Amino acid sequence: MKLEVRHLTKRFGGVAAIDDVTLDFPSGSLSAVIGPNGAGKSTFFNLISGALLPDGGQILVDGEEITGRSQAAIVRRGLGRAFQVAQFFPTLTVRENLMAAVAAHRGQWGDLARRFPPPGARTRADEIAAMLGLAESVDRVAATLSHGDQKLLDIALALALEPKILLLDEPTAGMGPEERARMIDRVQHVWAEQKLTLVFIEHDMEIVFRIAERVAVLCYGRLLAAGTPAAIRADPAVIAAYLGTEAPKP
Amino acid sequence: MNGLWRDSGVALAALVLLLGAPLAFSSPAFEDFIIRLSALALFATSLNLLVGGSGMISFGHGLFYGFGAYAFALLMQRTTLSLASAVLLTLFLAALVALLVGAVCIRLKTIYFAFVTLAIQMLFYSVIISWVSLTGGDQGLQGGIPRRVIAGIDINQQGHLYQFCAVLLVAGLFAMRHITASPFGMTLRMIRDNEARAAFLGIPLWRPKLAIFVLAGVFAALGGILASLFVSGAYPEFADWPFSGQAIFAVMLGGIDSFLGPLAGSAILLALNDIFTRLTEYHGLVQGVVILLFALGLRRGVLDFLRVLPGRGEVASR
Repeated sequence: MKLEVRHLTKRFGGVAAIDDVTLDFPSGSLSAVIGPNGAGKSTFFNLISGALLPDGGQILVDGEEITGRSQAAIVRRGLGRAFQVAQFFPTLTVRENLMAAVAAHRGQWGDLARRFPPPGARTRADEIAAMLGLAESVDRVAATLSHGDQKLLDIALALALEPKILLLDEPTAGMGPEERARMIDRVQHVWAEQKLTLVFIEHDMEIVFRIAERVAVLCYGRLLAAGTPAAIRADPAVIAAYLGTEAPKP
Repeated sequence: MNGLWRDSGVALAALVLLLGAPLAFSSPAFEDFIIRLSALALFATSLNLLVGGSGMISFGHGLFYGFGAYAFALLMQRTTLSLASAVLLTLFLAALVALLVGAVCIRLKTIYFAFVTLAIQMLFYSVIISWVSLTGGDQGLQGGIPRRVIAGIDINQQGHLYQFCAVLLVAGLFAMRHITASPFGMTLRMIRDNEARAAFLGIPLWRPKLAIFVLAGVFAALGGILASLFVSGAYPEFADWPFSGQAIFAVMLGGIDSFLGPLAGSAILLALNDIFTRLTEYHGLVQGVVILLFALGLRRGVLDFLRVLPGRGEVASR
């Protein structure tokens, strides 16, 4: 599904955290959003996913406006997200986390007529766990997982919703080089297999320029540039504001 | 569906034991204990649907216990409804009250939720104290519960009241167990663990929260009905804040993370009271020391403690 953002604006007091941003994410594309700290990247995601209400502009999914809808309604429209700090259910096991998400996706969250898990949820949960390499941890209580596995679980919960658009806020935050490589590998794998429109925020330029098809640069809430990695790397404004002279050589 | 069969088996066994006990040994004191336990355990377990099951810490749950007791006693005294009709109508009215109170409270977070529920309970308590012509004020509702014999059950006989309470205790606990073990119960655990994540999984948070608030209110009112039958009336203390505190103590003593924790906690609390009231006038002090011991020393209730002992590995800290 195609995600479009038109003239999106969000102010906190007098400060424009997101200032008239217009961007397209074509169906099935893999895009990165980069920018210095405080550039408004997470705010951008919070606006799209309905956690914050914009002060102006529109958000469209496949041409249909979703601006101002509830988080639940946006989720039902096919948009899932994972968070900078992994969000999951710490006292449940990995499998219970995923079975609960599957039940929620199937509209069974209010079901009182049967015992948990509803039929089929377990199989589906194990499939999703396997997709992200969590198969060996399904019986572990989520709070006891490693940091990297918790980030994977967060993404797995989003995938349980069978989203068409997936937003990942710094999937490799706080990881060592090895965990980072494994995470990026999984993200690429899931993107290709699920034919998702995937947008991720990332600080590691090496990763961004290696896997992203398109890159958008935010700076002080404004869209500085958007385009292919090669174009972004050569853009004088981006080099001056963000990449600096140490930009990776092509 | 294994869980359902197991729970049904446990419920049936408990019922057979409770109903069979008076045949094996006749002890009015034991029957008396079970009757009081049934009221407190239903109340404490219903509170734990909110506190342990959903992370909604209500300080005003006694409102529904008190409401159940007064509404039932008044219906029995002032109308000619049968016992069963009066019980059902009381539960229905309690659900309506919980719906109204819940609509106001559930959007509030943590301490605000706790204190607004407490404030509404105190308002209800003041109404009971002030509306003397209806409630008897601080003297309590006098006049007894009129006897209505149906199907050979006479609730004014201790033996029959014991059977009535035993059946409702087991049925109430079974129903609450089913709620916590259903997909709906899991949704509540998700909300308890991480509201933001639950919202991003497409759960409209207010609906499950309001639903469990109403259900918990109904089961608390059922406890209140049994208390009303035990005392043949109703007392304002049922709706006073220290009584809500008793239920929180029962939950803490027994174990917040175990379904039967509040039942165990209620039994311990009643037993402690019975023993120490006989020995010393400072029974409140003993109760306080025991609670401090559990809250500060053990850091979990009796059943939670038993549950983690047999090498079940780590239980996530909350």
